[in-house]
Amino acid sequence: MADEIVLKTAPADFRFPTTNQTRHCFTRYIEFHRCLAAKGEESNECARFAKYYRSLCPGEWIEKWNEQRENGTFPGPL
Amino acid sequence: MIVREWLFLTIAACDAAEPWQLGFQDAATPMMQGIIDLHHDIFFFLILILVFVLRILVRALWHFHYQKNPIPQRIVHGTTIEILRTIFPSIIPMFIAIPSFALLYSMDEVVVDPAITIKAIGHQWYRTYEYSDYNSSDEQSLTFDSYTIPEDDLELGQSRLLEVDNRVVVPAKTHLRIIVTSADVLHSWAVPSSGVKCDAVPGRLNQISISVQREGVYYGQCSEICGTNHAFTRAPGNIGRLLSPLWLSRTTRGATHPRSKLLQRAAGAVGSQGARQ
Repeated sequence: MADEIVLKTAPADFRFPTTNQTRHCFTRYIEFHRCLAAKGEESNECARFAKYYRSLCPGEWIEKWNEQRENGTFPGPL
Repeated sequence: MIVREWLFLTIAACDAAEPWQLGFQDAATPMMQGIIDLHHDIFFFLILILVFVLRILVRALWHFHYQKNPIPQRIVHGTTIEILRTIFPSIIPMFIAIPSFALLYSMDEVVVDPAITIKAIGHQWYRTYEYSDYNSSDEQSLTFDSYTIPEDDLELGQSRLLEVDNRVVVPAKTHLRIIVTSADVLHSWAVPSSGVKCDAVPGRLNQISISVQREGVYYGQCSEICGTNHAFTRAPGNIGRLLSPLWLSRTTRGATHPRSKLLQRAAGAVGSQGARQ
């Protein structure tokens, strides 16, 4: 093993301490897109949020939300 | 703490439903071990109460005979016994409540951040698993479907209605976060050995944290009625093959290898290797 393998995933968020993590996934997605809007597409700081929402949210949900964003029908505070 | 690990290789743990099984499956997580211990605690008091009540009942019936006891006593009240039979049944639930609440609250405690997130999505009538921790874009998740192997395709030694074509592969002794959801109707993801049962609700993400302490293949079944083939859906599709050192060495080599070759091989090829190994 040349490099130490580090397992990392979205950390436990104290804003969402219960079993229901739906809002956690949604919030991370929104945070990522707000970060993109604020800092620009090329910024590396938003990559952290991207990893979090990708870990938590099912792929189908993300596709649906991406479509909704493109159509302008996304129901969240982007 | 296991001192002589090699000894345990010769003992096969019960990690799947056995015919005519009476007790629990062997614990693979601290949570399940806690549940089993609580069960033992409660069972002790249960037997105490059962024996006591049965004894009183049988004794009363036995002695209530017109020849043995022609003049039955009419007892209206007795202060001492009334006080005793109120106090003791209040103390016993207290002895039961203490370990019970301790387990309940410790199950909810999140002490450590999870190391890996796995999404288990229920469909009618199979499971999809997504490993998305190492994506660099929205489309790159390691995703696979997990169908129960039909009886005709089983190989010698495989369990009927428990084996699955692609198993979930998970590292041992690691804090896992499993996110359970559904794409159509209610399902439930249950692995008795790990003490896990979590409903899969469409539109909702339910999180469970486990840390499996030993390697092995664990089986589970869908635990919420979901249609015609509910009985034939395997809930976790086996949490298989917890390979701690192998996982760590093959899982990630930086961002260019987000998917582990071991994972793909294990997930896809396990079905052809036969049963519990």
